[in-house]
Amino acid sequence: MKTFLVVEDSKIIRTIAARALQDMGFATIETGDGETALETCKKSLPDAVLLDWLLPKKDGFAFMAEFRKIPGAEDVPVIFCSSKTEPEDIQKALDAGADEYIMKPFDSEILKLKINLIELEPE
Amino acid sequence: MTPEEFTYLSDLLREQTGVSLSEDKSAILEAKLMAVVRSFDFNGLSDLVAALKQGDGEVMEAFTEALAVNETLFFRDILAFRHLEEMAFPFLLKNRREGSTIRILCAGCSSGQEPYSVAMVVKDFLEKNPSLKVEIVAIDISASMLSKAKGGIYTQFDVQRGLPIKMLLKNFTKESGAWHINDDLKQMVTFKKLNLLNDLTPLGKFDVIFCRHLIKHFDLVLKPVILEKFADILNPDGLLFLGEGETTLGLTESFRSVVKSVPYLFQKISA
Repeated sequence: MKTFLVVEDSKIIRTIAARALQDMGFATIETGDGETALETCKKSLPDAVLLDWLLPKKDGFAFMAEFRKIPGAEDVPVIFCSSKTEPEDIQKALDAGADEYIMKPFDSEILKLKINLIELEPE
Repeated sequence: MTPEEFTYLSDLLREQTGVSLSEDKSAILEAKLMAVVRSFDFNGLSDLVAALKQGDGEVMEAFTEALAVNETLFFRDILAFRHLEEMAFPFLLKNRREGSTIRILCAGCSSGQEPYSVAMVVKDFLEKNPSLKVEIVAIDISASMLSKAKGGIYTQFDVQRGLPIKMLLKNFTKESGAWHINDDLKQMVTFKKLNLLNDLTPLGKFDVIFCRHLIKHFDLVLKPVILEKFADILNPDGLLFLGEGETTLGLTESFRSVVKSVPYLFQKISA
């Protein structure tokens, strides 16, 4: 079973996203800040990351800069997730190495369709 | 809704649009038609049935609009679009005279997500093959859906359903909170109001037909009729993309499966 790391400081959004991912057949790990997320990845790389932009301790960009340096993490798909919806914001996330981008608010169908786009199967 | 009303309304829907409803869809039918009842200030469903029986054209238009199959999203079954680019275009390039125009029909285009997805694939392909000429025609029965499609303005919800983020940035402009499809893509698609049950031959001949997740709503009598209509307007060896789970097998002898791994792609068998 593939593992999704959900990095989101809003407990409600984090829980809803994790539950949707579990319903799709993924295992999930949840963290509420970028620093803990990075430590988690250094111990064991997830198969994909759902990453909020604005996070305590380390934001999504600071996380990305260090995450991509972890051996093996270069090809781990990262879906950025943010209430920033302007094209230049989205481009900034892509330039930082995001593979896909979800504009908040979103629902489980949008999450599922985005996962289809990164071609990740739960098994 | 009485059983008689359901029979009348479902028969009328089939006659007008080809869509078949089983009796377990009675509640959905009623819920959709209540909007029509309210918009015409009818007292109830029986008034609507009476107006339809009298042949009121305006009510008939509202009836088919209310029950049209509109579910759509960008790049629905994304593999179909990869096969369009990686299998269909190279095949057509090889088999068409140089300088000829490849014509693509999107049948049942709803609010435009499918033809614009095709246009995005075509645009990328044209960047690598600039000598190719492509024309995309999109048809639908619903005037309101065609109006939305022609406008090319989508909500944040719409553009998050199936559209890769890089395609969004490349092909849309955000204005006043909505995402507007860029003019170059808009100009690639010609939208027309047309019922699939009508004569399709005035549209001319096509090399590719996209008709996905639509024929599954037709019954076993109408499915082969529609597929034969597609065969009539496809060039010899033209390609038909259906939706996942849809097939021509057992319905018509005019098509053959192309490859087993792409079960929704069919080729017209040349006479």
